[in-house]
Amino acid sequence: MSPPPALNVQNLALHYGGEKIFENLNLEIRAGELTALLGPSGVGKTSLLKIIAGLEAPFAGTVTASDDLPITGRVAYMAQQDLLLPWLSAIGNVMLGATLRGEPPEPGRAMHLLDRVDLGDRADALPAALSGGMKQRVAIARILYEQRPIVLMDEPFSALDAITRTRIQDLAVELLAGCTILLITHDPLEACRISHHLAVLSGAPAELGAPLTVPGPPPRALDDFSVLQTQAQLLRMLAK
Amino acid sequence: MRPLITFAGFLVLWWAITQFTGIPSYMLPTPQSVAAALWTQRGYLFDNLLVTLAEILLGLVFGTIIGAGAAIAMAMYVPVQRWLMPVLVLSQAIPVFALAPLLVLWFGFGMASKVIMTILVIFFPVTAALADGLRQTEPGWLDLAATMNATPKLILWRLRLPAALPAFASGLRVATALAPIGAIIGEWVGASSGLGFVMINANARIQTDVMFAALFLLCVVAVLLFTAVDRALRKLLYWVPDTGGFS
Repeated sequence: MSPPPALNVQNLALHYGGEKIFENLNLEIRAGELTALLGPSGVGKTSLLKIIAGLEAPFAGTVTASDDLPITGRVAYMAQQDLLLPWLSAIGNVMLGATLRGEPPEPGRAMHLLDRVDLGDRADALPAALSGGMKQRVAIARILYEQRPIVLMDEPFSALDAITRTRIQDLAVELLAGCTILLITHDPLEACRISHHLAVLSGAPAELGAPLTVPGPPPRALDDFSVLQTQAQLLRMLAK
Repeated sequence: MRPLITFAGFLVLWWAITQFTGIPSYMLPTPQSVAAALWTQRGYLFDNLLVTLAEILLGLVFGTIIGAGAAIAMAMYVPVQRWLMPVLVLSQAIPVFALAPLLVLWFGFGMASKVIMTILVIFFPVTAALADGLRQTEPGWLDLAATMNATPKLILWRLRLPAALPAFASGLRVATALAPIGAIIGEWVGASSGLGFVMINANARIQTDVMFAALFLLCVVAVLLFTAVDRALRKLLYWVPDTGGFS
């Protein structure tokens, strides 16, 4: 895996049917760190993430990597739904990328990754037999299997209960450490706990607020003073 | 158990109608006389049953292959869809009944014209169901596959096609229920064997009991075939939630 690059979003604009979702958006996603993006629904967060992933075309503007190599092909993607294929076992889902690229799968490596997300004993289970938290752990193992330097996450933990969410956040931070990560979230506490940097996207057309940095390495304790302070600050910004 | 009770109730109702309404037996034979016809003509009926069953099964297999092939071709190549779909829809505007005499003229009195008739009847439900399924792949899965640098061919075979199988199964169930109609219509128009041929023949000679016996066998075949296909599909689609239903 090449060293993770920083991503530069420059003058990005997105229009939908004549409506300006956002314009002149500039954002730096730092190399090897987790940047959280917050904002109300419909503000274009998911579109921004899809543009960065190369899944959608912007109206104007560019997204470039700091090493000047193309971004597509170096991105792993995790959505709000686990997106596990219901006919494949857990381990089959972890190796989905290899299957869809026509590469020989590496069951040994997939098994090792399932062990790391503590699901080694459920490798042959179908998704329907797994809980919501387990499914998102399989999705994390699927990201790790891809060995991509850039990880884009779209509210990956929002469907989980509070306790499971905290555990899986910690697990994701631990296992994805060193990747350049953009995390979209609705949850100010999540953003404050697990991100290095955070930014708020709001308004119509949407604009990015000044980036905040939470002191200390993530994942931070739930009662960490800086977490609580940043959370309060974020809530004030979001309420505006 | 329940189907048996329904069947017994139906028999009693039928018997009561023949017993108490004075309806002549050439219009509605008694259940006993139909049972007797089933027994005395068992060899003749069984031979013709096999013919009709073969026509139904061959029609189902080829119709499913052709129907699935058309749906996959439409999913793979957009131009194929643009050209083929209107033709398919148009083909459904022509009643199969109207084509039957032509098919017999072209393909003869043998099995071929009946198999083709069955294919014509089931082709569209299969194609339409699978084409729908292939069109409705969960967009999130396609996004995921795109970030994984998946090849379009493997996205179709390993993602869109398995995802479309539940829809395809619905089409196949409809096809299984319709297939006997195709074979029987074909036999009515022109045949030298098969249950449809038996019915037309018996009708002409006012052997209504034989006609009912043939009809009964046809119902048994249709129900058994549907049950078998339905159960096999449920087994094959092990990941699809099953909240009960038919058999």
